[in-house]
Amino acid sequence: MTERLCALLAGVLFGAGLVVSGMADPERVLAFLRLGPSWDPSLAFVMGGALVVALPGFAWLRRRGRPWLAPAFATPPSQAIDRRLLLGAAVFGLGWGWAGYCPGPALVGVGLGHWSAATFVAAMLVGGLLTARISR
Amino acid sequence: MDFQWLQSAFGGVMIGAAALLLYASAGRIAGISGIVYGLAQGDAGRGWRLSFLAGLLGGGWLAAHLVGTSASAPLPTTATVLTLIGAGLLVGVGTRLGNGCTSGHGICGLSRLSPRSLAATAAFMAAGMALATLLRFTSGG
Repeated sequence: MTERLCALLAGVLFGAGLVVSGMADPERVLAFLRLGPSWDPSLAFVMGGALVVALPGFAWLRRRGRPWLAPAFATPPSQAIDRRLLLGAAVFGLGWGWAGYCPGPALVGVGLGHWSAATFVAAMLVGGLLTARISR
Repeated sequence: MDFQWLQSAFGGVMIGAAALLLYASAGRIAGISGIVYGLAQGDAGRGWRLSFLAGLLGGGWLAAHLVGTSASAPLPTTATVLTLIGAGLLVGVGTRLGNGCTSGHGICGLSRLSPRSLAATAAFMAAGMALATLLRFTSGG
């Protein structure tokens, strides 16, 4: 129960942060990704702001050894920098630079009732689940 | 589009704090694509995944209505529908192959000082900037 409450609070903070920062606006994302004279660097500050908090925070937590409500910290499935990782990240980047949506902001767009975000999320789920089926 | 670094940085601090809260409490990585696929595939941790996503949508909705900065939605044309479907497919395939997106690799992974996430972040930033910049010339925007 406490775990769910913490997850809910983290989600609220995350979703609100996406809107406040401008990440949830695909036009602003594209203005950041389009290099050139009209480049809008605002979104570089989103990652900057997040890392200012999270970098020292994660370091401190890992020294503490374990989370409050679980026996251990989750560890990512793989450590290797391989072709699959780089290819996947590049393909993701192409989709991101095409429509200006990445998964979090697109879900927030669904919550705001945007048909565009819902269309994107539906296609994303199809792509993701098909890939999981084929590559397994 | 106007430059709004302070608001963006403040939103970034909120995102970082959210990622930290989920890691500190449940020990989980706030990677949106991973959370969504985990739920869609019926992986363990259905409770916290659903709670986080419900919060994500609710928090976004609240902020959009309180702050008044609603995300702009493009008008429905055939071109934008095809773009959204094509881009959605690429993002779905890519985040699955690369095990993460902007949140999991870009925020959590970098904060964990993961070389893997640094490589992934460099790759998706480069690809995203390359395509967005290229499309600017073809669309005249």
